[in-house]
Amino acid sequence: MENFFFWTFVLTMIGSGIGVIANKNPVASAMNLVLMIISIAGLFVLLGAYFLAAVQVLVYAGAVMVLFLFIIMLLDLKAEQQANFRMLGIIGGLLTVLLLGIGFFLAGKNITSLVGKMGIVIQNNSIKALGELLFGNYALAFEAVGVLLLISMIGVIILSKKDLD
Amino acid sequence: MQIGLTHYLTASGILFAIGLAGIILRRDMIIIYMCLEIMLNAANLALVAFSRYNSNLSGQVLVFFVITVAAAEVAVGLALIVALFRVKHSTKAEDITLLKF
Amino acid sequence: MNTSSLLAWVLLLAPLLSAFMIWAFLKPFPFLSQIVSVGACAISFLIAIGVALGSIHEPVTINWIDIGGLTVQLGMVFDSLSKVMLLVVTGVGLMIHIYSMGYMGEDPGRSRFFAELSLFMLSMLGIVVATNFIMMYLFWELVGVSSYLLIGFWFEKPSAANAATKAFLANRIGDFGFLLGIIMFWTFTGSLMFDPSLSSYFKGHPLVTIMALLLFCGCVGKSAQIPLHVWLPDAMEGPTPVSALIHAATMVAAGVYMLCRIFFVLEQSEQALEVIAWTGGITALVAALTATQQDDIKRILAYSTMSQLGYMVMAVGSSATIAAMFHLCTHAFFKALLFLGAGSILHVLHHEQDIWKMGGLWKKMPLTFLTFFIGTCALAGVPGFSGFYSKDTILEMVGEKNKMLFWLGLFTAGLTAFYMTRLFVLTFMGAPKSEVAEHAHESPFVMGLPMVVLSFFALVGGYSVVGIEKALGTTHEAMSQAAKLNVMILSVLVGLTGVGIGAFAYWNKQKEIVIFPLFKNKFYFDELYELTLLKLQQLLAGVFAWLDEWIIGFGIVRGSAFLVSVGGELLRVFQTGNIRSYAFIFGAGAAAILVFFLISS
Repeated sequence: MENFFFWTFVLTMIGSGIGVIANKNPVASAMNLVLMIISIAGLFVLLGAYFLAAVQVLVYAGAVMVLFLFIIMLLDLKAEQQANFRMLGIIGGLLTVLLLGIGFFLAGKNITSLVGKMGIVIQNNSIKALGELLFGNYALAFEAVGVLLLISMIGVIILSKKDLD
Repeated sequence: MQIGLTHYLTASGILFAIGLAGIILRRDMIIIYMCLEIMLNAANLALVAFSRYNSNLSGQVLVFFVITVAAAEVAVGLALIVALFRVKHSTKAEDITLLKF
Repeated sequence: MNTSSLLAWVLLLAPLLSAFMIWAFLKPFPFLSQIVSVGACAISFLIAIGVALGSIHEPVTINWIDIGGLTVQLGMVFDSLSKVMLLVVTGVGLMIHIYSMGYMGEDPGRSRFFAELSLFMLSMLGIVVATNFIMMYLFWELVGVSSYLLIGFWFEKPSAANAATKAFLANRIGDFGFLLGIIMFWTFTGSLMFDPSLSSYFKGHPLVTIMALLLFCGCVGKSAQIPLHVWLPDAMEGPTPVSALIHAATMVAAGVYMLCRIFFVLEQSEQALEVIAWTGGITALVAALTATQQDDIKRILAYSTMSQLGYMVMAVGSSATIAAMFHLCTHAFFKALLFLGAGSILHVLHHEQDIWKMGGLWKKMPLTFLTFFIGTCALAGVPGFSGFYSKDTILEMVGEKNKMLFWLGLFTAGLTAFYMTRLFVLTFMGAPKSEVAEHAHESPFVMGLPMVVLSFFALVGGYSVVGIEKALGTTHEAMSQAAKLNVMILSVLVGLTGVGIGAFAYWNKQKEIVIFPLFKNKFYFDELYELTLLKLQQLLAGVFAWLDEWIIGFGIVRGSAFLVSVGGELLRVFQTGNIRSYAFIFGAGAAAILVFFLISS
């Protein structure tokens, strides 16, 4: 059962990820992105990170994607007219991705040899533990992130003013 | 087949590569932004997987912060795109070459 | 910290405060500045008396710098050496402060003058009480600065400004050597204190001679010894009280005082002492010879100062530090007196400095005449005057060590008597030789009083009753009475011969009787420096100018700029302004680094 869900989510994730970059229409890309985010939330659930799964759906699929769609609508973006990909871009992109793949492959080999405790199930009450950690050890960082959000809000307001000089 | 850390990491790596490819290939700034989100999510997935298989919740805390920062970043970035659009009437990356000498 | 140690710090604080007050607030009120400055000096004098009587003790030292192995303290040392020196400096200083109130008259820069005078008092007292090399060097440089400021007091005169620069530069050369010596001392001992027990660190070390000579460099500059003496005659461009205080009585003597302080270093090297003694002897002789042919009253006194300083240095070089200090004290009295007398004359003659335009002043200025007479006698070594005793002490001590230097010193003593008689006769005797000299009159009382006080000390300073010598310690116990008597008779004879020849040759003369171009032109030292040093400097400057223009300017500055701009043009090609290509390069680079590290690990 777990295997089934894993493969479903992973394949959906990869498929919709490719969909994001392959679609000419920005709205379609955004929709693919929503799908990808939801499947990642599913993977989070499989990994026992229930709280993060909820946050992922709420913040990403809810807030961020709405923002994206809103901007796309606001700017009234059309699907790209000319050919999307150039030969040089494709070669360069593939080269980079290949290099990155080699890197990840090597890294994965090193990492799996480092992690010996595969398959240990995380404690059940993980949300409570996460909350304690967040408001205990990481309280200062938590506050700092709050300030960061405030600042970004102010920044967005200033940037969005009409008479921006 | 038992699903292990390697599976998650591979999935995360593939997703990261997709995001990077999108950034390099696409011209629309908004799509580039979406690809950035993909890459961030790939990293998040890897972090959560590590957190699970090391029984260490710090990874999840980090993911939480990444999501928060990403939300802030998207807000600012999109505001910037809107501001640029007002000046250039375009969201194409090629059209925004102010830094070119 | 008790009161008496606080009082000791007032010794330095009073002149410092005075200088600061005048500079900051009292510039527009010259009269108030005078009072403050004189008052500060008087306070220092009172404290010096307290120190000498033993009622004020050395204060607690303050750690000023404490870094790693380097510890520099601010403290005070009150031993016999510094006690006597403190009394001389503050006493003579006070007299000259009072005198300046009259001499500076209505000069518009009086406030500045007194501020600088106070600054000088601070620095000089700092040198005297210094417990370590760094503290002495600090005040040593401060003395140099205040000397520079005071020589150039009338800076609108180009000659004064040049003289100030010259003095500063000449001192700089000496001070550089001094600093090197200090560093060397520190390297040897790891300490900077004036502590004779430290000499065990470098006893018998081959480099000790070099260290001693480097330290001596400071004295060569400050005390105007050959070859760095050229600044002292020019320094006479400053106001006369300055010449009296700084360039006769105290600052130039600081070099000798310093030699006495560091004698524990010098005595470790026979060769260094030899060099010091000969430098002093030659300076004494050359300066005395030059003085015989000068026409400017202040320059004659300046060369005479140099000559007497040479005497003291010679004494130090002959291990007779106490004799040197003794002569330093008496010299401070009578030379300050002579300068004040000269100043008094210049004051009424409207700054006419040529002795061939004076004459007959004895009738017009009886007080100046009398005090100047006492000063001349003391300098010429007439028995019964202070200079006689101290000079004899030096000659005795030198005679014991080096016969040649003894004869050289004796000859110089004769010359001294000769040129002082010449100066005296031409200035005061005979008929007035110019218009201004005929209309001379006595100087005001404020100027007269210090001269009287100083002449009293110039008269009695050498007597054992006054006890300057005793306060410093006993000098020549070993010397037999017969040898002492021999030296005394010889020096009296030589002195009288000098006086006789001088009086006979110049009585009522209108112009120079015989001219020795070598002496007249100060042994061509200035010309020599012009020829060698200036030429060398020009050459060096030319080389450096070429280096600057072509290697630095063209090569390094413009060359690097050219390289950078070429590099920029090349790199510009890569700067497309396209975000996606940046992302590509960035991603490829990051991936490459990742692969590289993973493969290499």
